[in-house]
Amino acid sequence: MIELILKFSAFVSIGTTMGILYVLLSESIPFFREVSLIDFLTDTQWTPLFTNKHFGILPLITGTLTVTLIALLVAVPLGIIIAVFLSEYASPKFRRSIKPILEILAAIPTVVYGFFALMTVTPILQTIIPGLSGFNALSAGIVMGIMIIPMVSSLSEDAMYAVPKSLREASYAMGANKFQTAFKVVIPAAFSGIIVSIILAIARAIGETMIVAIAAGQQPRFTMDPTVPIQTLTAYIVQVSLGDIQHGSLEYKTIYAAGIMLFAITFLLNSISFYLRKKYQEKYI
Amino acid sequence: MKEKKEQRTIIQSESINVYYDDKHVLKNVNLDIKEKTVTALIGPSGCGKSTYLRLINRMNDYIPEFHFSGTIVVNGKNIYDDSVEVEELRKDIGMVFQKPNPFPKSIYDNVAYGLKIQGIKNKTVLDEAVESSLKQAALWDEVKDNLKAGGLSLSGGQQQRLCIARALAVQPTILLMDEPTSALDPISSAKIEELIFELKKQYTIIIVTHNMQQATRVSDNTAFFYIGDLIEYGKTDELFMNPIHEQTKKYITGRFG
Ligand SMILES: Nc1ncnc2c1ncn2[C@@H]1O[C@H](COP(=O)(O)OP(=O)(O)OP(=O)(O)O)[C@@H](O)[C@H]1O
Ligand SMILES: [Mg+2]
Repeated sequence: MIELILKFSAFVSIGTTMGILYVLLSESIPFFREVSLIDFLTDTQWTPLFTNKHFGILPLITGTLTVTLIALLVAVPLGIIIAVFLSEYASPKFRRSIKPILEILAAIPTVVYGFFALMTVTPILQTIIPGLSGFNALSAGIVMGIMIIPMVSSLSEDAMYAVPKSLREASYAMGANKFQTAFKVVIPAAFSGIIVSIILAIARAIGETMIVAIAAGQQPRFTMDPTVPIQTLTAYIVQVSLGDIQHGSLEYKTIYAAGIMLFAITFLLNSISFYLRKKYQEKYI
Repeated sequence: MKEKKEQRTIIQSESINVYYDDKHVLKNVNLDIKEKTVTALIGPSGCGKSTYLRLINRMNDYIPEFHFSGTIVVNGKNIYDDSVEVEELRKDIGMVFQKPNPFPKSIYDNVAYGLKIQGIKNKTVLDEAVESSLKQAALWDEVKDNLKAGGLSLSGGQQQRLCIARALAVQPTILLMDEPTSALDPISSAKIEELIFELKKQYTIIIVTHNMQQATRVSDNTAFFYIGDLIEYGKTDELFMNPIHEQTKKYITGRFG
């Protein structure tokens, strides 16, 4: 009976993924009949909703990359520092109590983060960077970075904690202090796990929608400038889905093309992390 | 006859008591060790051999339940004095563990580790130290063309010699070995024993072993522990030929059995 339920749930999740892929493909094939793949991948303008239509996905990709990069610049160093602290310095009691608190960060609804970026972080940043637009990639990226810190810190900490005690002892016995041991032995030994945590965080950042839709603007721009309004793949999809574009029109089909792009990127990242995890799993047993 | 020369005492342990919480694991142990000798620590499992060994480089400090009283003087310094910097102390005392534990780094980086953390970056200095340590550990010929290979890619016996090379690279005066051959095959064990014999010309070695033959082969002096007490300590041949205490006799004959 339990086996049946498990099989059923496995089937449901595989089925859902296949279904999504099917819809994305079947809806974007008609799109690519009208827009050439070359234009889609090389044109630097994305203006499907204007009269002068361009269908270059690059602006949405640069927008996505800019925000993701900023998020990583925040989340990776902070996440790893927190992980090192928890795994190497904190007492077991402290570790146990702080982990759930960190995970709360990941449980805050993203719409709250979005408004936090727009109403709090942007005004603060504007006092430091005078030319900063009200909507920008910087503040969205920073806040997204804060949101994904627990992903990086929690998985990295698990990886560091799993590094055998014998390696730490070897390092201490050589006269290394805690800091040297953490950075020269524990982090390199946990490297694959840390990379996996970063890749999953990237996937999360790329897929994140609310924060960017609220705080980064709605203007597809082929730029990596973090101070101006941009649009990400996800934010575009939301904009069109919620707008009054006619279903079935070419404009409407653009969201499937953007969706395919998003799917491809996240799928690739997940595959890399899956591969890395498999490859390094048995190393220290 | 250099061997006969009066050797200096390098480690003095006085009235050592160790508790793990309420458990009394070393009971008023006094043990002096002479420079450039090999001392074997023997005794049944759980009698406190590793605990004693790890007192000397203060590796027990990481165990929260650990409580210590007494004095251990190494090279004239009371190592449990508040003014002692553990990191500095350990640069002078190498340690080899029961299970080979090379870092997941290249052979070269494993051996250079101790020097690098001391801030030494000079390539020639590191190269020379790596080569001479690997030679001392009798591993050089096997790995010299492959220093960039991962330390974990070596066989168990090679890994253990790599760990010995790693410990020697910082030129310690004392080498602590906790059952260094118990995880190795007989041929690798024999290599390490030969090595110990060579190394004692330069280093003071303390080795924990469950192998009585090994103790007789490699050590000058032997200390027999029994449930936290140092029962008997003396020249290895005397201790094995004419043990004074009944427990010693029972243990060594039982183990030779
Ligand atoms: N962290 C610890 N907490 C509590 N008790 C401990 C701890 N470490 C060791 N002990 C106990 O202290 C005693 C001495 O341990 P120790 O490891 O020194 O023995 P040993 O002689 O090295 O034994 P073996 O031959 O099995 O390695 C044992 O009874 C052991 O159970
Ligand atoms: Mg032991």
